[in-house]
Amino acid sequence: MTTALAKQETAAAAPVAPQASSPYAARIDHVSKSFGRPGPGQQLVLDDVSIDVAPGEFVTLLGASGCGKSTLLNLVAGLDEPSAGAIDVPGGRPALMFQEHALFPWLTAGKNIELALKLRGVAKADRRPEAERLLELVRLKGAYGKRVHELSGGMRQRVALARALAQDSQLLLMDEPFAALDAITRDVLHEELTRIWSQTSVSVLFVTHNVREAVRLAQRVVLLSSRPGRIAREWQIGLPQPRRIEDAAVAELSVEITEQLRGEIRRHGQH
Amino acid sequence: MASTDTTRATGDTEPTGPGGGTEAADGTGTATVAAGTVSTATRKAGADGPAESLAGLEAGLDALDSAPARERVGLGRILLAKVVPPLVAIALVVTVWQLAAASDLKPDYVLPGPLDVADSVRTMWLEGTLLDYIWTSISRGALGFVVSVAIGTPLGLLVARVKVVRAAIGPILSGLQSLPSVAWVPAAIIWFGLTDATIYAVVLLGAVPSIANGLVSGVDQIPPLHLRAGRTLGARGFNSVRHVLLPAALPGYLAGLKQGWAFSWRSLMAAELIASSPDLGTGLGQLMENFRVNSDMSGVLATIILILIVGIGIDLLFFSPLERRVLRSRGLLVRS
Repeated sequence: MTTALAKQETAAAAPVAPQASSPYAARIDHVSKSFGRPGPGQQLVLDDVSIDVAPGEFVTLLGASGCGKSTLLNLVAGLDEPSAGAIDVPGGRPALMFQEHALFPWLTAGKNIELALKLRGVAKADRRPEAERLLELVRLKGAYGKRVHELSGGMRQRVALARALAQDSQLLLMDEPFAALDAITRDVLHEELTRIWSQTSVSVLFVTHNVREAVRLAQRVVLLSSRPGRIAREWQIGLPQPRRIEDAAVAELSVEITEQLRGEIRRHGQH
Repeated sequence: MASTDTTRATGDTEPTGPGGGTEAADGTGTATVAAGTVSTATRKAGADGPAESLAGLEAGLDALDSAPARERVGLGRILLAKVVPPLVAIALVVTVWQLAAASDLKPDYVLPGPLDVADSVRTMWLEGTLLDYIWTSISRGALGFVVSVAIGTPLGLLVARVKVVRAAIGPILSGLQSLPSVAWVPAAIIWFGLTDATIYAVVLLGAVPSIANGLVSGVDQIPPLHLRAGRTLGARGFNSVRHVLLPAALPGYLAGLKQGWAFSWRSLMAAELIASSPDLGTGLGQLMENFRVNSDMSGVLATIILILIVGIGIDLLFFSPLERRVLRSRGLLVRS
């Protein structure tokens, strides 16, 4: 892998057993999820979903409201149990980024990252340099001592990304992490995420309802239908990175995917 | 289709490869716009390629989006805004009081003037006993408060986090807050006699519920997202309490502590007033009772004012700054 160098760097700080032998970073194997007691009131949210995320792969999950994409992410994160099927994440607990930054307001940006390092078991002396390295990775070199409320929305999400990376997980789950940002900042963070993903060996499973964002970022786009969530279609995106959201090729593919997505949504109006 | 590896390798460094031409053009385009509005760093970066240009763009965004540094408020303005109004209010009250006393609405032994009261305080000061009275009460209040914190904190955590405990004693705990702690004095005297134990029992029964309840409401107000974030970071058990739960609940807990102090102080005065005996050291409560027995109204009023000053003073010196600091560091307090 061309990313071996970056990987060595992160591995040095963590005594994690190498997981390189596994053919996938996450395997979602015929997973179904329903809420409520069995019976007529039971709601099927996910129906027989299978997705393999290859090591180092960037996959976006795309779908309208009610497709269960956040539920699926919670299942992969281990915050909830599937009703049927199995989920395997060989690299250990995945890192998770939310739409809200979810940084702890009682800690500085740097200490937020150090807490993640501490909970991962990094020795005290190594935490500060590692936190500063991660802040530099998201280009927030001077933000170590800043409180969360002193940072802009884009900066907060970058600190949150650095904190997620601090978990040194092989899998990064992102739940619409840029949805609340303005268009300019979102565009910049797309570039940052692409850059950081290309510099590390992390696999990304990225949930969004924004078709262009999905095409802009991913190597593979998985479209989920709604109620219950099923895999409707997949696209391999062969366009080279770095892409731009306004690229003609991105736009063209987005039109195609949007058509399909609208078709999925329309089905719910026909009863 | 380019393979994944080459795509990722060229991702950041060179604007060559397929689509590189348009990429470079786009990059410069962005840089020019950004340079015009943001900084010279961006203009320089424009020549170095998209990666540098992105860094510059981001630096510009960060600078634009961050809140501008607040100007320092001068000491004079703080004095004018925060200190002068209460002083004026106090002066007004004292003036009205003095006028009422001077106009002889009531005889002096019922309504002494401010000067008589000041004279009582001065006499106690000259006798050298004033600080002893105050210290006796403050040390009792402080000890009672510390013990209340030691009991109320684990109790609050239990009620907040264990469903059965909450169902069992949650309502009783909040109900106890509305029970005036004076109500405990007769019971405590029967249990412990006229001893220090009586006084501390009343203080604890007054302060523990409000400290525990403060912590419970602090925990209840934690955004669920923070707990979820803690779990994804791997915080479990003790780590979760130590690094997520307690710091997140701190604002509510502090409010509880502040109220707990007020309750300790109030309960202490009630206890001292009723359970007064020569065997116990003389605190402000007993002092007031002694003045009442001697029908010394200016002494009674002087003691009331002392009790008020101590209560307000500890809040102003200790709890309020602590609370403000915590809220401000979290961006929860907007400087007016």
